[in-house]
Amino acid sequence: MSDEELHELAGKQAALGEVRGTPAQDPVNAPMIRHWLDAMGDENPAYLEKGVAPPAMAQVWTMPGVRRSAKDRSPVDDMIAALDASGYTGVVATNCEQTYHRYARVGERLTPATRFADLAGPKRTALGVGFFATWKVTWYGEDDEPVADMLFRVLKFRPRTKAAPAAADRPAYPLQPAINQDTAFFWEGVRQGELRIQTCADCGHHRHPPGPLCPQCRSANSSHLVASGLGTLYSFVVHHHPPVPGRETPFVVGVVELPEGVRIVGNVVDCPIEEVAVGMPLRVTYRPMDDQLVLPMWAPSKEEA
Amino acid sequence: MGAEIGSALPELAIDLTPTFVVSTALATMDFTPVHHDVDKARAQGSKDIFLNILTTMGLVERYVTDWAGPEAVIERVAVKLGVPAYAGDRLCFNGTVVSREEGRFTVEVRGKVSLGDHATGTVTLALAEEGKPC
Repeated sequence: MSDEELHELAGKQAALGEVRGTPAQDPVNAPMIRHWLDAMGDENPAYLEKGVAPPAMAQVWTMPGVRRSAKDRSPVDDMIAALDASGYTGVVATNCEQTYHRYARVGERLTPATRFADLAGPKRTALGVGFFATWKVTWYGEDDEPVADMLFRVLKFRPRTKAAPAAADRPAYPLQPAINQDTAFFWEGVRQGELRIQTCADCGHHRHPPGPLCPQCRSANSSHLVASGLGTLYSFVVHHHPPVPGRETPFVVGVVELPEGVRIVGNVVDCPIEEVAVGMPLRVTYRPMDDQLVLPMWAPSKEEA
Repeated sequence: MGAEIGSALPELAIDLTPTFVVSTALATMDFTPVHHDVDKARAQGSKDIFLNILTTMGLVERYVTDWAGPEAVIERVAVKLGVPAYAGDRLCFNGTVVSREEGRFTVEVRGKVSLGDHATGTVTLALAEEGKPC
């Protein structure tokens, strides 16, 4: 899936709202609490004395067992499967935030409900290019009141290790951009999933491609803005010949007009060539070319720039 | 022991023996192989089995209630997860009281292992009686 399709799927999964799962296999019970306290080395006597569970156990009650796979398909599963299928096979959790409305009581059976919240990326991280996926789980008591909420965020990334098949299948891309003091901010932006446009720090004029001097006022002081990522196809050519190292022909080279007031050259992707047309709305997408280089490209968009 | 803003919680160090890693994974009903099967953990690029997240949350909670006492009611635990806590390492918790108002405290907690920060975050708790623990 393209980055845009992943975001579209994320939007659909979020639109499903909260999806209820099946109730916990077992009610909140003293043996599991005792086992948990023992393993953790937690000597707090209050839980068993008061007949409540340690609140951090919220998730434990609805975990699948050894051979019991999760019966419920939550909105998160399809998103994770799509990220896996798109090469973002690595996973590492980054945030876990739990809010306890009250302590769960011995004897009650909790029911989980999952809501897909957000997909952010692609972003360049220490582990590789990846997406941050965030979802929320709420555990309800038998009174249908929420007992605990959890926000969980994972980074799904394209593993960078040489041993990983994704990287081994991907030879170094032969065309590398010239990165110098005038252009470094642009490529750093691309690595972070930002389309940065150079701006004169004195007169505010926007310019692209980046250069050392403002064409308007000749100032050498420059800054940048982060573009919306939307654009309109101003002009394009379809490249058939000669062959370009690292690329399959034919491909589309477009000039994209940005609402910020500059034009930028880039490939138009995720669109049959015969459907590419001047004036089409586009959105930037970031493509890893090898395990180092990411290039901004342009895909059809439903949003007008 | 004080509970004023800025006061530090006593350090808690936990030796992450393989038994600890495995028994907490099973007590949290997490049977993912990387938490109990060394070969499978290594096949996935880890150097050993490592602590699961449910345990990290449980230990953060334990660290704060060890200090605050059995009357404390934990309202929220928010943790940013960092480097893995591998078997054979030692997990050291430190904490500081960062806010206090009408019996409600926020404690900043950091759990470090030899590779760096394993978990950093905040715990919010309420105490039934103002003035405790002091």
